[in-house]
Amino acid sequence: MDKLTFEQAIMRIDEIVKTLEKGDAPLEQSLSLFEEGTSLIKFCGKLLDSAEQKVVRLQKGPDGEPAETAFDITE
Amino acid sequence: MDNRIFDVTELNEHIKDLLDRDPILNGVYVRGELSNYKVYPSGHHYFTMKDQDGSLRCVMFKGSASKMRFKPENGMKIIAFGRIAVFPRDGAYQLYVNELTPDGVGDLYVAFEQLKEKLYKEGLFDERHKKPLPRFPKRIAVITSSAGAAVRDIIRVLGKRWPLSKVIILPVRVQGTEAPAEIVGAIKYANRCKVADLIITGRGGGSIEDLWAFNDERVARAIFDSDIPVISAVGHEPDVTIADFVADLRAATPSNAAELGVPDINDMREALLGMELRTGQALRRELKSLRQRLTDLQQKRVMLSPKNYIDDKRMLVDYTLGRLNAASQRKITGAREKYIRLAAALDAMSPLKVLGRGYAIARTSDGTVIKKASDIKSGDKIKVRLQKDEISATVD
Repeated sequence: MDKLTFEQAIMRIDEIVKTLEKGDAPLEQSLSLFEEGTSLIKFCGKLLDSAEQKVVRLQKGPDGEPAETAFDITE
Repeated sequence: MDNRIFDVTELNEHIKDLLDRDPILNGVYVRGELSNYKVYPSGHHYFTMKDQDGSLRCVMFKGSASKMRFKPENGMKIIAFGRIAVFPRDGAYQLYVNELTPDGVGDLYVAFEQLKEKLYKEGLFDERHKKPLPRFPKRIAVITSSAGAAVRDIIRVLGKRWPLSKVIILPVRVQGTEAPAEIVGAIKYANRCKVADLIITGRGGGSIEDLWAFNDERVARAIFDSDIPVISAVGHEPDVTIADFVADLRAATPSNAAELGVPDINDMREALLGMELRTGQALRRELKSLRQRLTDLQQKRVMLSPKNYIDDKRMLVDYTLGRLNAASQRKITGAREKYIRLAAALDAMSPLKVLGRGYAIARTSDGTVIKKASDIKSGDKIKVRLQKDEISATVD
């Protein structure tokens, strides 16, 4: 699940909620969907809570490739 | 020559009529110098425009005056746009001014309007070319000056609202003759190296000359050609540049651009909570309905006393077996009786039984049964079979 982006996780949670609310899935499936949904929600919550903004300055490096350096906001 | 005598009012009306009908005077640009500038309590601006040999009385109403981008002062050279209105009461005419701009930038305005018209006709501003913005941008390229309030505001608002986005600054000049080329270069570079999934470009407030880089045709085309969606954030309201028209989304200010570009983290936390509640509720609903079904089934007779149910069924089995046995028994008995009768009848017809009653079977010497007298002649040897014996005889 580490490779999942926030967007992908949210979309999957949305699917799960819709399926569960329809209510016509067999019990085992509902239970496993609920588990999946709950852990995805936790995952998203962690992403939000642990997020720290990263700011970089991009310049064209000597080889033409992008090179990142720190951006000093107090200029 | 017309010798008719006019009333003053009539003459003034005649002059008014003439002037009202003149197309030039209905929308005209006038160049001159400001003097006697006065703002009345009503909010309307009254002034005179003059040059070496003439003067013109002007009025600019509150609405138009609020759109001015500079502070008018006596002695300033300006260009006014408006229409001539005649006042019969005074026997005078005035210029109703819609727009007032400093002279020297008049050319810029014309250039702006011309480029706007040209690009509009080409379809660069069309809604259908505008790309949707990513819902949760992972990387945001900010193309603006590395100094100044704009970049700081953007970083700050992004950090507050959605710290998950990585902010990538591509510093460029945002005014002066080199600015357009640098802005274009940054946009193209971001696209080529796929640096981000969203671009914010713009700058802080300033005069029309300060913002001019974002009215450059090259910048407009670079924004249009960008595969990465672009939010333009140039100056403050009501500044509008060509970049704003071409961009996929226009922001009123740099901070506004950050607001439009990312979701709010608190809203998202609430949304997650909402989803959590909904999944819980949905599952509880389902369990409740399944439980109800189970209870209903348990109430049925078979579940309440299975033993009774089975006993009942057992009795039914026994009863049915009994009837089956009886039926087959009857059939067997019937069959046997029939068999005995038939056997007896058969027995009665047996030739051996007939012989027992005194009948005999006569045969010739070769074994043929003698049925009539003509079958034999006198002197023939015959055999006679009795019930238990056999005798030989000669025919008389």
